Amino acid sequence: MRFALTDEQQGFAEVLDDLLTASDTPGVVRAWGEGDAGPGLELWHRLAEMGVTGLLVPEEQGGLGADEVDLVVAFEALGRHAVPGPWVESVTLLPVLLHHTQEDQLLAGIVSGETRATVAVSEIAPLALDADVADATFVLDRNVLRHGEPGEVRRSIDPARRLFPLTPGHEVAAVDEPTVAKAHDTAVLACAAQLLGAGERLLDDAVAYAKQRKQFGRLIGEYQALKHALADVRVALDFARPLVHVAALSLHAGSQEAGRDVSAAKVATGGAAYAAARTALQVHGAIGYTAEHDLGLWVTKTRALLTAWGTPARHRARVLDSLMPLPEMPEA
Amino acid sequence: MNLDLDEADAAFQEEARAWLRDNVPAAPLPSMDTAEGFAAHREWEALLAEHRWSVVSWPQEYHGREASLLQWVIFEEEYYRSGAPGRVSQNGIFLLAPILFEHGTQEQQGRFLPSMATGEQVWAQAWSEPEAGSDLASIRSTATRDDARGGWVLNGQKTWSSRAAFADWGFGLFRSDPAAERHRGLTYFLFPLDAEGVTVRPIAQLDGEPGFAEIFFDDVFVPDRDVLGAPGDGWRVAMSTAGNERGLSLRSPGRFCAAADRLVDLWRRQSGTKQGRRDAERAADRVVDAWIGAQAYRAYTWGTVTRLAGGGETGAAGSVNKLFWSELDIALHETALDLLGPESELRGEDAPDAGWWSDGYLFSLAGPIYAGTNEIQRNIVAERVLGLPREARRGER
Repeated sequence: MRFALTDEQQGFAEVLDDLLTASDTPGVVRAWGEGDAGPGLELWHRLAEMGVTGLLVPEEQGGLGADEVDLVVAFEALGRHAVPGPWVESVTLLPVLLHHTQEDQLLAGIVSGETRATVAVSEIAPLALDADVADATFVLDRNVLRHGEPGEVRRSIDPARRLFPLTPGHEVAAVDEPTVAKAHDTAVLACAAQLLGAGERLLDDAVAYAKQRKQFGRLIGEYQALKHALADVRVALDFARPLVHVAALSLHAGSQEAGRDVSAAKVATGGAAYAAARTALQVHGAIGYTAEHDLGLWVTKTRALLTAWGTPARHRARVLDSLMPLPEMPEA
Repeated sequence: MNLDLDEADAAFQEEARAWLRDNVPAAPLPSMDTAEGFAAHREWEALLAEHRWSVVSWPQEYHGREASLLQWVIFEEEYYRSGAPGRVSQNGIFLLAPILFEHGTQEQQGRFLPSMATGEQVWAQAWSEPEAGSDLASIRSTATRDDARGGWVLNGQKTWSSRAAFADWGFGLFRSDPAAERHRGLTYFLFPLDAEGVTVRPIAQLDGEPGFAEIFFDDVFVPDRDVLGAPGDGWRVAMSTAGNERGLSLRSPGRFCAAADRLVDLWRRQSGTKQGRRDAERAADRVVDAWIGAQAYRAYTWGTVTRLAGGGETGAAGSVNKLFWSELDIALHETALDLLGPESELRGEDAPDAGWWSDGYLFSLAGPIYAGTNEIQRNIVAERVLGLPREARRGER
């Protein structure tokens, strides 16, 4: 039993964090939202060079063959820096779905960073993210993957999420149920990790602000009203994080409880990140409510991700269903 | 990262599970805060000790098995899953013993630890005073040097002393240097509760039982050999386990996992009844959140165990922990009461689940207060984990 990231995983997290910190991601996000994908695609290529796009692609297909824990390390960094783009779709859902198909060329393109793909999934992701910058657009209807023709862009409360309805076209592959389930769960897990990263960033920014903003002659961080709200966010994030790692291990092991664990992680990270967003906005006050301040990029993204890849209600229901036939706790 | 138990840990788990299955009393013991229940719990501690399950992490010579921290967590999980009785020795084995191991003399360890392990001596904590609650450092009870007799004379009053109504010994802080302020000049004392000059006055708790008590000290003599750590160093000595109390040992995840499983079971039962179905539907999300919370606490603890095994410390993270489990415990029991509907207020043998939920609910209400109120814990998290500026306190500006 060793429940901690390895040195390599911590190193990977730090390298990603350094790269993204130096990449002016707020500027990238703003441009992306205005339809200028240039800086975002440049960042996409740099992340591809670091292996992020090939994490789940087996080595024999040119990827890294990394595991789900590595994946959540990467997606936490993407969430922390609000990196725009169809990452969940290109890096988790499609590689898992296409693993056993003949789409080697598409996978190779994804790994190299040349190809961005997006997908609409019935019920949990009915609109495809960033179909305008994707080279391949799909519709997953139950277990059948089809090409999809993008319609008009729909606006999200997160300006960097450009959503498109897709009209299903010809069939690409019929995928077996377990693979579809695993693809879904991997996508949900990646989204949970993004939420965790976003929540951590929101808390960091709120704490930093509370340490420098003065009112009534004192730093506002001295006031218990803010201290206690921020402490509660720290608690929520600290207890959401291990659920993300448990879910990653379950998925990796092909555990029967993987779906339940992934849903628990999504519920917990969604709740924690959303609390972080509300608190961070409140701590900043009016300045945080302006379009000019970067805080709003994370506040709106967090709200959007909360219901993306399955609503909290859907995931709670899945946890409850899983507990009904077998109420026993899993073995350590 | 992996959650696999190695062979030794798996064997330990199997052994604990089998022993508990064969030995846990079929009927719950009476409340440990009654004379009859206290005696029954003391007997249970003796049985645990006889089979070296009372203090698994201690050295063999003190009835332990030298179990690792992970094994302790495993044991706790099995313990609560089995429905075993609450631990009447808890204050001693989890709060005092770590200090005895760290700061006690060998003579003290040899004198106190074995009888603590067997339940022969049950310990009560004596921290709070009428004027020193959250502000514990403002302790006023005094210890006056008595060179002639080779010891100290205690005077003053302690309160909210858990288990003191029936316990044998107490431990707590006294001001030994009247000139020193707050955290300085405090000394850590051990004293028998039947010593001359000690008066214990039980206080009925919200649940009606005398779970805690006031302790009055009227010229109580304590010999030097019952001072723990150096005179004047009591605050540092006491705080060396505050992290333990909040961090790991006070409320292990096993308790909450077991309670969450019972909650899910209750939910299932109530959903199957005509009267209960509606309430069950409405409470479903909260049942799930309580279950997720228990799982989160369990997994978080694995992280803590890994960190401590690697030489890390609990530190202020203990406060994060305490906030989480105390709120979780209340949410869990509130949800259960809501599921039970109009019968939820009933207590005793003929109440639903023999009053397990209503008793547990009343107990859970104390969680955000004891071991440092949750407001104090939030201050600690804000200042020591998040690094927010200390609030200006009276007299500091």
